Amino acid sequence: MAAELHVALVAADREVWSGEATLVVARTTSGDIGVMPGHQPLLGVLESGPVTIRTSDGGTVVAAVHGGFVSFADNKLSLLAEIAELSDEIDVQRVERELERAKAEGDAAAERRADVRLRAAAAR
Amino acid sequence: MGAQLRVYKRRIRSVTATKKITKAMEMIAASRVVKAQRKVAASTPYAQELTRAVTAVGTGSNTRHPLTTQAETVTRSAVLLLTSDRGLAGAFNSNAIKAAEKLTERLEREGKQVDTYIVGRRGVAHYNFRERTIAESWTGFTDEPTYADAKKVAAPLIETIEKETAEGGVDELHIVFTEFVSMMTQTALDDRLLPLSLEEGEQEKTTKDEILPLYDFEPSAEDVLDALLPRYVESRIYNALLQSAASKHAATRRAMKSATDNAGELIETLSRLANAARQAEITQEISEIVGGASALADATAGSDR
Repeated sequence: MAAELHVALVAADREVWSGEATLVVARTTSGDIGVMPGHQPLLGVLESGPVTIRTSDGGTVVAAVHGGFVSFADNKLSLLAEIAELSDEIDVQRVERELERAKAEGDAAAERRADVRLRAAAAR
Repeated sequence: MGAQLRVYKRRIRSVTATKKITKAMEMIAASRVVKAQRKVAASTPYAQELTRAVTAVGTGSNTRHPLTTQAETVTRSAVLLLTSDRGLAGAFNSNAIKAAEKLTERLEREGKQVDTYIVGRRGVAHYNFRERTIAESWTGFTDEPTYADAKKVAAPLIETIEKETAEGGVDELHIVFTEFVSMMTQTALDDRLLPLSLEEGEQEKTTKDEILPLYDFEPSAEDVLDALLPRYVESRIYNALLQSAASKHAATRRAMKSATDNAGELIETLSRLANAARQAEITQEISEIVGGASALADATAGSDR
């Protein structure tokens, strides 16, 4: 059996996803980082972007994460985000509408959020 | 119906109506406590992980950050007081306010200037009535606080703590809130959020018997701390808001339960009095009839003669 690491994806008000995984790819402020079991203890700042979790049963979980942290120690990886959504939870049509509106209103933060959500949904 | 009896009947009616209202409020509060408790539980993993991360950076790196190091002379402190928007919660608000006042007094004795930040209409009203200055206040979300509310509250606090003291910034950040211990126990307490008291973290560490690993910081320890601490403050405030909300609902439930019980007792006493009044009335009527009849009998007996 391949080595596993335990992943907990936690938003401010709920636990979004947790389980065993073999690889987690997230985007930190200094670039994408892939964490596999046995990685050295790590604490990083996340950028808004999709996070890809390759679960130990061969599946893939993609989540849109808006800012936050990644911390890894003792084969336990925590992804902390103020807002995080799994790609399955994202309603593409609604996000597209949000993107339109954000563009029209020139709301850069909302536009980026919508963009991250769309990318996460597309990577599903 | 006699005047006395009518008065009792009226009072019973009004107390019954009040009882219905307090009973309804009790049940609403009871259901909200459960909801609020669930929210507290849901926010715990995030707060826990964040605290762990902060402790890890604080102890695992030699970085000096304005938010983790104690200023040599603290001239100004910020106190954030969490109260509720609505009353009818027993001593909930007055306990929180009292705790805040005690803390303020202590800080002032230590020669610090205190800026007060208040959440909740009750606290604001208390301070306004006494014409004390409030640095900033927020109202309208104390029953069901969201993370966005916590961010709103945290933003100016973080801003002011990052400012230099000479420019009106503060050196310390205290929070006064009501901790939800259990359904029956809620305690108002004060806590220092910033600068971080790492002794507390170390205590936790030894009790848990856990050695924190030596982290590799990405991009650097300073940047991680810079990003981490505002989130830490937000999450602590969010947690305090949620606990406060849960405590408030529990206090309301208890206050309304005793109000309902009292109303029940009052109704019982009043019904007894009303019964006695009715009985007295009947007795009086009977004696009047008997008296009248014997008077009549006496009169007819007299006319016969």
